[in-house]
Amino acid sequence: MNGNGNGAHGVGVNFPLKMTNRKVNVFYGEKHALKGVDLDVRANHVTALIGPSGCGKSTFLRCLNRMNDTIASCRVTGEIVLDGQDIYAKEIDVVQIRARVGMVFQKPNPFPKSIYENVAYGPRIHGLARGKPELDEIVSHSLKQAGLWNEVNDRLDEQGTGLSGGQQQRLCIARAIAVQPEVILMDEPCSALDPIATAKIEELIDELRKHYTIVIVTHSMQQAARVSQRTAFFHLGNLVEEGDTQTIFTNPKDERTQGYITGRFG
Amino acid sequence: MTEMAIGGPLEGEKRAASGIHTSEAAKLRLKSRYSAERRFKLYGIAAIVFALAALATLLFTILGNGVTAFQQTFVRIPISFEAEAIDTSGKRDIDELRRGDYAALIRSSLSKQFPDVTDRLGQRQLFGMFSAGAPDQLRDMVLAEPGVIGQTRDVWLYASSDVDMLNKGFIDRKTPEQSRRLSDRQISWVDTLASSKAIEKRFNARFFTGGDSREPELVGVWGAVVGSFFTLMVCLSLSLPLGIMAAIYLEEFAPKNRFTEIIEVNINNLAAVPSIVYGLLGLAVFIGFFGFPRSAPMVGGLVLALMSLPVMIIASRASIRAVPPSIREAALGLGASKVQTVLHHVLPLAMPGILTGTIIAMAHALGETAPLLMIGMVAFLVDIPSGPLQAATVLPVQVFMWADSAERGFVEKTSAGIMVLLVFLLAMNALAIFLRKKFERRW
Repeated sequence: MNGNGNGAHGVGVNFPLKMTNRKVNVFYGEKHALKGVDLDVRANHVTALIGPSGCGKSTFLRCLNRMNDTIASCRVTGEIVLDGQDIYAKEIDVVQIRARVGMVFQKPNPFPKSIYENVAYGPRIHGLARGKPELDEIVSHSLKQAGLWNEVNDRLDEQGTGLSGGQQQRLCIARAIAVQPEVILMDEPCSALDPIATAKIEELIDELRKHYTIVIVTHSMQQAARVSQRTAFFHLGNLVEEGDTQTIFTNPKDERTQGYITGRFG
Repeated sequence: MTEMAIGGPLEGEKRAASGIHTSEAAKLRLKSRYSAERRFKLYGIAAIVFALAALATLLFTILGNGVTAFQQTFVRIPISFEAEAIDTSGKRDIDELRRGDYAALIRSSLSKQFPDVTDRLGQRQLFGMFSAGAPDQLRDMVLAEPGVIGQTRDVWLYASSDVDMLNKGFIDRKTPEQSRRLSDRQISWVDTLASSKAIEKRFNARFFTGGDSREPELVGVWGAVVGSFFTLMVCLSLSLPLGIMAAIYLEEFAPKNRFTEIIEVNINNLAAVPSIVYGLLGLAVFIGFFGFPRSAPMVGGLVLALMSLPVMIIASRASIRAVPPSIREAALGLGASKVQTVLHHVLPLAMPGILTGTIIAMAHALGETAPLLMIGMVAFLVDIPSGPLQAATVLPVQVFMWADSAERGFVEKTSAGIMVLLVFLLAMNALAIFLRKKFERRW
């Protein structure tokens, strides 16, 4: 709670709402995993989703780019609106949604290909680059934005899986950035990393906020306090409380939130 | 002792509690535990020793029986290529040279070398020491080099199988003459020839380059190798794409419902169907209904493709499933479509495993005999097949046919055929292991 979150760049209501979500319900077969969640995501803010294991925060995150589609038994109801467009509407192409809403996963999962190929894959399938020089430019720009360029610029043709854990995760971030998404979802991106690598990723998240809207799921409340401007607390499939990170951590309204952030449960 | 063990804990309450694990009874318990473990290990070792001994016996028998087949007995005699027997017109006409009486050349040479053999039986026995292929050998010489006509040359001719067997020590000279394939006189002629170093075992190149024959000394395995090659090519070009497509669909795209469950169960069942049933199916469908030629590698390949498809699908599915889901998520999360995810990421990563499974399935198909008997690939064929629609036989069926022949000379050829088959199988398995090691990935 050292307040880094509010400092570097602008925050507040003069930023438009990027995503508005109303009455989001998720069912896994018979199981009601997410119960009527209303949560707004403000542009160029970092929104942290916190809560104990199994509370539905990852499930909610995966609704935002329709990754839940890959689970056969999963059913989503309610409204998830990206820039005025319901992403679950029939006429929406899921491939386009995932290009606009990128994702970084819990475990670094670079493709077992070269570093260059990892970053170039997204632009290539979406046809974002005309010709090799343009693609090179996108790759180097993305790696620079992900803060990895200086470490790998002389070995772009080496295997991405040969990097250290923290580097792999930044490579995954670079890979997501290369598609030029509007929103980046991060599902516990630091849980498999050591503190130094974690610090680097956190710095990076704050930097990325200038250009992207970020939603991050985290188990670490310190991390939520450090990197986010908005925090949402989930519990047993319900969105218990949501608001400014400062407020949530210093003056929570709900006693469940208070109990969780003070370590009484969870 | 049992009483002590039961009594232990109770006494232990009175004694210091630490005594439970240090008492005499505890030591005995520990000892019996160790001896049980030792016994268990011993059973395992015994099983392995037994298996290795069986394998060694098998290999040793095959090697012992077959190694002599790679050498063949040849007899050297001076042949004078007289024009009156093979080129009466003197025009060097190819057709006439082809029809020439080359056996007469051998006979006249023999009567010069053994002038004391004048009776008809003796002359027949003398000539019978040479293979039925010996005149053909002379014909091929003349056709290749017509200038030889009119000259006299020392030629190494194929000995008959009986002389070959005698020379290799498979005919016991102490057997009474009437129950032996060679007469006393023939044996004495062989000894005469041997004393002038005119009889010799040489490398049997024909075994590797020739087709089948009625004469054991003339058989070759090449016709069957080529037949096996065509059969496997047809089988591979059908079962590999079909197997991969089916595996991809079932693993990545198929909805999980009752229908796909039934398909899955049936694929597993098909893998266990006896191979001869596939042969009957091939006979009825491909030959009976579609009218494909009998004995053709085309039909054999189709039947083997049906047989190996279930195995290929199961192996391919296993290696597709082994690709971690995180890779799929990464691709999907970037906005790749389902097909792009599979083709760009899952399939390349599953390919080494799929190829390994394919090679094992092909090795299995290479050794398959029963279904091919059903579709007539058991034919006696001298010619080397030149295409997948020509009649052919395959290695294991060739071995089967040789094993079925009565003559002593086929025993070694059978074992040698098995050795050739085993070499191919080992090579394919080695390739599979090599591929697996080379492309193995750690996540």
